[in-house]
Amino acid sequence: MKFLVCISNVPDTTTKITFTPDNKEFNKAGVQFVINPWDEYALTRAIELKEAQGSGTVTVLNVGEADTEPNIRKALAIGADDAIRVNAAPKDAWFVAQQIAHYAKEGGYEVILMGKESIDYNGFQVHGMVGELLGIPTVAPAMKLDMSGNTATLEREIEGGKEIVEVAAPFVASCQQPMCEPRIPNMRGIMTARTKPLKVVEAVGEGAATAVAEYQLPPKKQGVKLIDAANAGELIKLLRNEAKVI
Amino acid sequence: MSVLVVVECDKGEVKKSSLEVASYGAQVAQMLGTTATAVAVGEATEANLAALGEQGITKVLFDAEPRLKDFVNGAYTKLIAAAADKEQAKVIVLANSNIGASVGSRLAVRLKASLATNVVELPKTDGGQFTVKRGAFSGKAFADVTLSGDRKIIAVKKNSIEAQHNGGQTAQVESFTAQLSDADFADAPKQVIMQDQAGGILLPEADKVVSGGRGMKGPENWHLIEDLAKALGAATACSKPVSDVDWRPHHEHVGQTGITVSPNLYIACGISGAIQHLAGVNSSKVIVVINKDPEAPFFKAADYGIVGDVFEVLPKLTQAVKELG
Ligand SMILES: Cc1cc2nc3c(=O)[nH]c(=O)nc-3n(C[C@H](O)[C@H](O)[C@H](O)COP(=O)(O)OP(=O)(O)OC[C@H]3O[C@@H](n4cnc5c(N)ncnc54)[C@H](O)[C@@H]3O)c2cc1C
Ligand SMILES: Cc1cc2nc3c(=O)[nH]c(=O)nc-3n(C[C@H](O)[C@H](O)[C@H](O)COP(=O)(O)OP(=O)(O)OC[C@H]3O[C@@H](n4cnc5c(N)ncnc54)[C@H](O)[C@@H]3O)c2cc1C
Repeated sequence: MKFLVCISNVPDTTTKITFTPDNKEFNKAGVQFVINPWDEYALTRAIELKEAQGSGTVTVLNVGEADTEPNIRKALAIGADDAIRVNAAPKDAWFVAQQIAHYAKEGGYEVILMGKESIDYNGFQVHGMVGELLGIPTVAPAMKLDMSGNTATLEREIEGGKEIVEVAAPFVASCQQPMCEPRIPNMRGIMTARTKPLKVVEAVGEGAATAVAEYQLPPKKQGVKLIDAANAGELIKLLRNEAKVI
Repeated sequence: MSVLVVVECDKGEVKKSSLEVASYGAQVAQMLGTTATAVAVGEATEANLAALGEQGITKVLFDAEPRLKDFVNGAYTKLIAAAADKEQAKVIVLANSNIGASVGSRLAVRLKASLATNVVELPKTDGGQFTVKRGAFSGKAFADVTLSGDRKIIAVKKNSIEAQHNGGQTAQVESFTAQLSDADFADAPKQVIMQDQAGGILLPEADKVVSGGRGMKGPENWHLIEDLAKALGAATACSKPVSDVDWRPHHEHVGQTGITVSPNLYIACGISGAIQHLAGVNSSKVIVVINKDPEAPFFKAADYGIVGDVFEVLPKLTQAVKELG
C-alpha cells in the first residue's frame, strides 16, 4: 500500500518558549527543531505495516521552508522511502491541510497518517480537515492501527475509554502512543537517507483562515509556599481556606 | 443568526465540559445580541437537556436516533452541520475534546468556517475583529488568534470557563433530524470499551487531580494516591515513565506527549517536574508538590509544597481531608 506520513517540524520538547519583541512570532533563535513526537508514532507504524505487507511505500510530507530538511532526512533515515516538501511557511492548519489533501490525492496515497497534534500550535485539527477535503473517514486520535488487506482496525481514544473502529482505505488517522515503539535512525539508515528522493513542490489552494495577532507567556507564579512535612495536614486547611479549591 | 453549542452527553448526563461550553456559547450570544441553541449528541435525557437553560441555552435540538448514542464521526458531523444551517449559526462552540476536535475540524471545511481549538477565554470583538485566546506551545504560551471567516468554530479548553447556573431557567427541547442514512454510520464503532473508572472521575473532565511519579516506587503503592484522590473527589494521573513501565494505564499519562489537564488543583507526588511533564499541567489553577528533594524543579512551578517522603505525607493528607468533613 501507499502510505503518506505527515510530519511537522517543532521546537524540541525542552525548549524555553520566547517570542520576538513585538510578540507576533515565535523566536526561533538557538532553538533545536525535531520531528513532532506524535508524528514519530505515525512514521514508525507506517514502516512496520509496509514491512508486514512485504510491499508498498512510505512517503513523508512536510509543509515547510528549506530549514525543515534535516528533519525530513531524519524521517528518511528512520525508514521512509521518499519525501515531499511543500515549499511554504505553514501559515495555519487550514493552509497545511489543503497542501496535504492536494498532494495525497495527486499521489494516490491510500493511508494517510499524522500525529495526534503538533506540540507547538496544539491544533489537533489537520486530520479532520484533510479527511473532509478528500471525503474520506478520519480516526483521531488512534492508539492502535492494524491492517488486513484494504481494511484497517483502529482503537480510537474517547474520553473515558476507547472505540474499536473499522474503516476501508483510503482513510486518515492521527496517531499517538501506545501504537508502536518509535524507531530511531541507525547508521545504515542515515547513509541511505542522503540519496533517497526528496521532492520540493509549490503550495496550492487558498491562504490561511486564521492569524495570530499576538503571543503571550503565562503569568509568573508567585512562588511556592512550603508547609512542614510533620504538619502536612496544614496544607489541606490552606487549600480549603486560602486557595479555596477544595 | 444565532450561536450553536454542541453538547456531549453520556449515560443521560450532560458532560461537565459541555456545561462549560454551553455557558461560553450563551455568553457569546449575549455579546452578539442573539440567543444560543444547543444540539445534543450522545445518550441524553430530556430533563437534563431542558436544564441547559441554567447555562443560558434557550433551545436544544435533539435527534433521538439510537445509533447516535456512540460517537460516529460521519453522522455527528452531518447532524451538527444541519443544525448550524437550520439555526443560521455564525458561531459554533464545542468542547476541545476528542469528539469536539474530530467533528470541529471536519465542520470547519464543510461550513467554510475559521476554527480555533484549545480556546481559554471569551472572544474579543472590538474593531470588527473576532479574536480568541488559545493555549499554544503545550501550555507554555498563549496566542490571540483572529478568525477571519464569516463563520467561526471555537473549541473550548476544559476547565477554562466556569459553568454558570441560573436556577430555574429551562431550555425548550425540540426533536430534530438530519435525515441520516446508513452511509453516515459507515465509521460507527464496532465496539466501545469504557475504562473501569476507579472512583468514577474521568481525568480529562476532573477539576482535581492527584498524580504520582517514579518517586512512588511501584504500582503496589498507588493506594496512597487513590486514597487521597477518593477523599478529595479527584481523578488520578501519572508521569510518562510510570505509564511506560505499566505501573499505570497510558490514559493517565499527563504531559507534553500525554493528556493536558487544567484542573483547579493538581497534586504531584514524587514527580520531579521535567519540562515535558509541566507542559501538560502548568495551566492548573493551584499546583501542590510533594517531593523529598528540595531542589526538585517542580517546586518552581508550585503554589504549595511539602519537602518530604510521599509515604509519610500522603496518609496524613488523606486523614486531614477526611477530618474536614
Ligand atoms: C513561521 C511559522 C509561522 C506560523 N504561524 C502560525 C500562525 O500564525 N497560526 C497558526 O495557527 N500556526 C502557525 N504556524 C504553525 C503551522 O502553521 C502549523 O503547522 C499548522 O498550524 C498546523 O498546526 P496545528 O497545531 O494546527 O496542527 P495539528 O492539527 O495539531 O497537527 C496534526 C498533525 O498534522 C501534521 N502536520 C501539522 N503541521 C504540518 C506541516 N507543516 N507539515 C506536514 N504535516 C503537518 C502532523 O502530522 C501533525 O502531527 C506557523 C509555523 C511557522 C513555521
Ligand atoms: C520527547 C519527550 C517527551 C516527554 N513527554 C513527557 C510527558 O508527556 N509527561 C511526562 O511526565 N514526562 C515526559 N517526558 C519525560 C520527562 O522528561 C521526565 O523523564 C519524566 O517526567 C520524569 O518522571 P518522574 O518525575 O516520575 O520521575 P523522576 O524524574 O525520576 O522523578 C522522581 C521524583 O520523585 C522524587 N522522590 C523519590 N522518592 C521519593 C519519596 N519517597 N518521596 C517523595 N519524593 C520522592 C525524586 O526526588 C524525584 O524528584 C518526556 C521526555 C521526552 C524526551
